[in-house]
Amino acid sequence: MVTASDRCGVLPKADFQRLLDVLGAKGYRVVGPVVRDGSVMWETVERTADLPIGWRDEQEPGRYRLEQSGDGRLFGVVHGPQSLKPFSFAPREALLTIERSKNSFASVPTLPKSEKVAVLGARACDVAGLAMQDRIFLRDAYADPYYQARRNSMFVIAVNCTRALATCFCASMGTGPGATSGFDLALTELETVFLIEAGSSEGNDILSALAIDPSSPASIEEAEANITSCAMSQTRRLNTAELPGALYEAHEHSHWDDVAGRCLACANCTMVCPTCFCHTVEETPDLTGQRTEHARLWDSCFTQEHGYIHGKNIRPTIKDRYRMWLTHKLASWIDQFGASGCVGCGRCITWCPVGIDLTEELPALLKPSIRTQQKPGQV
Amino acid sequence: MVNHKKPDSTPRRLRLGVFKFASCDGCQLSVLNLEDDLLALGQALDIAYFPEASSGMKPGPYDIVLVEGSITTPEDAARILALREQAATLITIGACATAGGIQALRNWADVESFKRAVYPSPQYIQSLGTSTPISAHVQVDFELWGCPIDKGQLLRVITDLLAGVRPRLFADSVCIECKRRGNVCVMVASGVPCLGPVTRTGCGAICPSMGRDCYGCFGPTEGARTGPGLPPNTASLANRFHQGLRLIPIEVVRRFRGINGAVESFKQESEAWEQKT
Repeated sequence: MVTASDRCGVLPKADFQRLLDVLGAKGYRVVGPVVRDGSVMWETVERTADLPIGWRDEQEPGRYRLEQSGDGRLFGVVHGPQSLKPFSFAPREALLTIERSKNSFASVPTLPKSEKVAVLGARACDVAGLAMQDRIFLRDAYADPYYQARRNSMFVIAVNCTRALATCFCASMGTGPGATSGFDLALTELETVFLIEAGSSEGNDILSALAIDPSSPASIEEAEANITSCAMSQTRRLNTAELPGALYEAHEHSHWDDVAGRCLACANCTMVCPTCFCHTVEETPDLTGQRTEHARLWDSCFTQEHGYIHGKNIRPTIKDRYRMWLTHKLASWIDQFGASGCVGCGRCITWCPVGIDLTEELPALLKPSIRTQQKPGQV
Repeated sequence: MVNHKKPDSTPRRLRLGVFKFASCDGCQLSVLNLEDDLLALGQALDIAYFPEASSGMKPGPYDIVLVEGSITTPEDAARILALREQAATLITIGACATAGGIQALRNWADVESFKRAVYPSPQYIQSLGTSTPISAHVQVDFELWGCPIDKGQLLRVITDLLAGVRPRLFADSVCIECKRRGNVCVMVASGVPCLGPVTRTGCGAICPSMGRDCYGCFGPTEGARTGPGLPPNTASLANRFHQGLRLIPIEVVRRFRGINGAVESFKQESEAWEQKT
């Protein structure tokens, strides 16, 4: 987790503005959690006071509330609905424009304008989610140039978690609560100082420019202890020991009907998931038929259209879709990408309007099915 | 749908007619609100009949007919049959024409008592006991939802028809649009009974973007009445309204019995909760 080295220093909380100034001087637009509409959303942060100082979030299935914490923590709010996903995988991205000429047409790719963005306040689960999306979008020879362009301009400043939400289960997924890689800088908020660790050469440059005191063994120990106790305090967990096989076995389980009775197929879980990558494309032609824009939009395996192949919908019911999502996320993702698609952030639990909780659904699916109990040998 | 001429022939401008039934004119205004595109639209189409825009009203037949409003009188029930014969492609615009509209609340009430309460001589009022969508009377080629419709969706459908392409619009939940736009969920973060999870996208998630709950003016997701798919899980959302957000049954009824209250899935849900009041 936190390593003692010359890549690690302490910044007094009172001097936090210096970090924002150094990042600004290096040409970064700093984006961090800002209180808006009862949660925190990624917005431009110029002053320390823009951060949700003195606030904390309470999350439970289907419910999110901000409340005054009574302390002066800058990062007392663990997270809002947004992971790092919108920065690298844009919710709507124009891919190309096509223009008709006399006897032909020309298509022009519309790569995003590069803007250096420093994202301040990414959690370990978010960083893990970003690493998974990198694995998906930047795979081998098939790197997605739009994702790549956005990703290249990102500077990630993680904040290690020292308070767990009721919905957090990153410890059981091995992704947190401390970030171990995939960041440029990682902060741990202590009583009076921030412990800052560099995780890349760009991060090291910022650390050097900050010219702060090196970290003491005591401060590193304190950070370690706080992160460990955060992990210990997590009440939710996902037992992944039997995955992926057990979920494949549960394909005809009676519990899928139970969860389908509650699921709205509204797609909120997939929208807030740091790793969900499904998208659709849409064409927006002008009235004259001379020009069209071809764009990519976030889509979800919960929509009716997503299961449509020529002449047939292969996932017509909500049961089909929830089963598809959970089985992919927790099981076939492992076969496909070498690791679970779940990073344990708990957003799908909180932001589900009816509070469906995958940490409860999975154990129910791994118990014997009522259907198989009633009819042994049948699936 | 519309017969599209080959690009090499001299294109005949498609004739457009806009007709009103029981409605507030708001959807027709959305056509006029196309502003920047209105001139281009006037060039691409022959706007043959559109009394709200011009007194130059030409007779049919029309290539594209936009119908606003629901059927609430015997006269209109006959008029829509005649109009269908004049229309190559008939598109309903808005909640009234597509689903019966807010005036379909009369379907649960006694219209005769309304007449007696409002008019000194109610015997002169020719009104049906129900408000019904256009599709209950004639075949409809495409339906635009909303109260009012989204002008961008209308423009898109006309663009598709001009290109000879079958129009197609997303039927996903409002939630997807909210998340794409970066809205904080009003139901989860503020505890308001939002219909977004079961309501069809297309409005651009206007209400949640302004911090208020969706009231379902674009109708149910996917299943609705046309197109493939199943009706949304209104029962689960209604349970959440009641148990999680503490709405009493009559409040749940009113949530679903609004602008699109007569659409089957919303209708069934409101009637189920009416039993519990």
